[in-house]
Amino acid sequence: MGDIFSSLGLVVVGIAIFVAVIWALYWLASQLREPWRERARTAVFIGPGLVLLLGLVIPALLNFRFSFLNRNDEWYGFGNYRDIFTNDSNIKVLANTLWWGILVTGVSTVIGVTIARFADRMRGEPFAKALIFLPTAISMVGAGIIWNFVYSPREYGLLNSMLQLLPGEQEIQFFLQDPKLFGIQHELVPGLNTVLIMVVIIWIQAGFATVVISAALKGVPEDLVEAAKIDGATDRQAFYKVVLPYIKGTIITVATTVVIAVLKIFDIIQTMGKGGSFGTSTMANEMYEQAFPQDNEGLGAAWAVLLFVAVAPIVFVNARNQRAMREGR
Amino acid sequence: MTDISVSLPGAVVAATDKVKDETPIMTKVAKATSTGPGKYIVWLIAVLWTVPTMGLLISSFRPEDDIKTSGWWTWFGEPGSVTFDNYTTVLSDKVGGQPFSAFFWNTVRIAVPGAIIPIAVASFAAYALSWMKFKGRDALSVFIVALMVVPLQMCLIPLLRLFSSDTFKKLPLEGVPSIWLAHAIFGMPIAIFLLKNFIGSLPSEVIEAARVDGASHMTIFMKIVMPLSVPAIASLAIFQFLWVWNDLLVAKVFGGGARNQPMTFALVDMVGNKGNEWQLLTAGAFITMIVPLIVFLSLQRYFVRGLLAGSVKG
Repeated sequence: MGDIFSSLGLVVVGIAIFVAVIWALYWLASQLREPWRERARTAVFIGPGLVLLLGLVIPALLNFRFSFLNRNDEWYGFGNYRDIFTNDSNIKVLANTLWWGILVTGVSTVIGVTIARFADRMRGEPFAKALIFLPTAISMVGAGIIWNFVYSPREYGLLNSMLQLLPGEQEIQFFLQDPKLFGIQHELVPGLNTVLIMVVIIWIQAGFATVVISAALKGVPEDLVEAAKIDGATDRQAFYKVVLPYIKGTIITVATTVVIAVLKIFDIIQTMGKGGSFGTSTMANEMYEQAFPQDNEGLGAAWAVLLFVAVAPIVFVNARNQRAMREGR
Repeated sequence: MTDISVSLPGAVVAATDKVKDETPIMTKVAKATSTGPGKYIVWLIAVLWTVPTMGLLISSFRPEDDIKTSGWWTWFGEPGSVTFDNYTTVLSDKVGGQPFSAFFWNTVRIAVPGAIIPIAVASFAAYALSWMKFKGRDALSVFIVALMVVPLQMCLIPLLRLFSSDTFKKLPLEGVPSIWLAHAIFGMPIAIFLLKNFIGSLPSEVIEAARVDGASHMTIFMKIVMPLSVPAIASLAIFQFLWVWNDLLVAKVFGGGARNQPMTFALVDMVGNKGNEWQLLTAGAFITMIVPLIVFLSLQRYFVRGLLAGSVKG
């Protein structure tokens, strides 16, 4: 306890020193003659930030090179990529990640739109939305424990206990170990375990989707809806033909944001899938597992590059869409 | 309605403000769209969404024997004894040779500077990119935005190699400081981008007038820009703090041994080794959630903003 306050005190001192150093350097720069004075002052302000940015750029570039090396740091060409695309268990990882992107994003967004639509101006709306939004604050590890408890095969597991209520003799399910889905086990089909882990992320992301879409919904001009009604549109038609198109930009924002988060899913696989066992692995999880526990940095780097290739275009679309929205109104 | 929309989707944030202010022009879309059974769907989902967390919370206060022999829902039928034992037990439970409470303090030690350092560095850079004139400024701004497409996974292997190189080992950065540094690096593009959006949109007359009066950039930055930027910095700080608080990956890669690891690490370890010791897991999970939940409940407005703003974070 005392230790923590002394180290937090250290942080305050550290920040004060940082500002003081910048200040001193700025003063030194001010002693120079033009044109060097202005240049040096600018460098003092932007220098620390640039150094940290270099800590991002240079490693990212080096990572491309590493992805062509094998586990002994020898040149391996496209070997790592070939191994990823030809090995069944790696195909499973790619397929899982794709399903994550499609299912979690789709379901979260649809739930978000549904709740935002029906909760709008409902009695108790803020409370209901807060309950749905709450899981967003929880860490993935915490969420994983909450749901491990729900899926437990023991008598205190909620889902198994509910299963027992069904008529007839019900077997106890080890949900998180079942790599089959509807009796199918195939590398292109996610297992039941993967689907049940997806439920957890839907549980988290739906709240985010609800809050953002709900805010957008309140910005739809009333006249627009009224006009549609006067022209004879039903409530349902007014919603699908007028309101939804109006908030299209927000829906794209939500969907792309969820995809970006989901493609990088890692913590939850570590917590619930025991680091990707039982066919639950995803790209970000595999990147970690290969690079660190397995000590195959080349393969890990190749997974990171593939993750980059998957995520970058979506971030681009997200950023462009948000800029369009900002400028549009 | 003050416009403090630091976040990317300005339209969305503006809409949130409108709702909060209950302005009379607020639309009645609801009337047009929400009728009949819709509200039952909403309440059904709200209840479903709450049950898992509630189950864990109730269980964390039940004695070990009760947790392991009956479902938490039976507690409503016959409320058994309530105990804080699980919390005291988990705090002293050893993971990797140290008690869980040590991991709690590690999380605090990681998250507070992990949020402050990048914001301090990014504030200066954002000011320079907004109000100091230099060659290539616009190109640099575009480049920083473009860096947001790089997932942090791209940097893990090369950065870890750098951090464990001999030259780096001479610096006092081992353990927790390595985690700070990594979080500062990964948070830099979004922090500069968001702060520049805000600082750059401050009225130029104010800055120009101060310049004319002979104020230096340092004075303007400290006396004018920083005080005006408090709302923007608050949103960013909350987002970055929670991000670091809940992080597992960065700490796992850069923290070294268990000695420097946060609670998330200890909990994953517990799930692996004591997966059925629910008296420990329930209480442990709630201890990690307490701080984020307090932040969520007390600062929901900033929380939403920070979340939106940080949604594209690498």
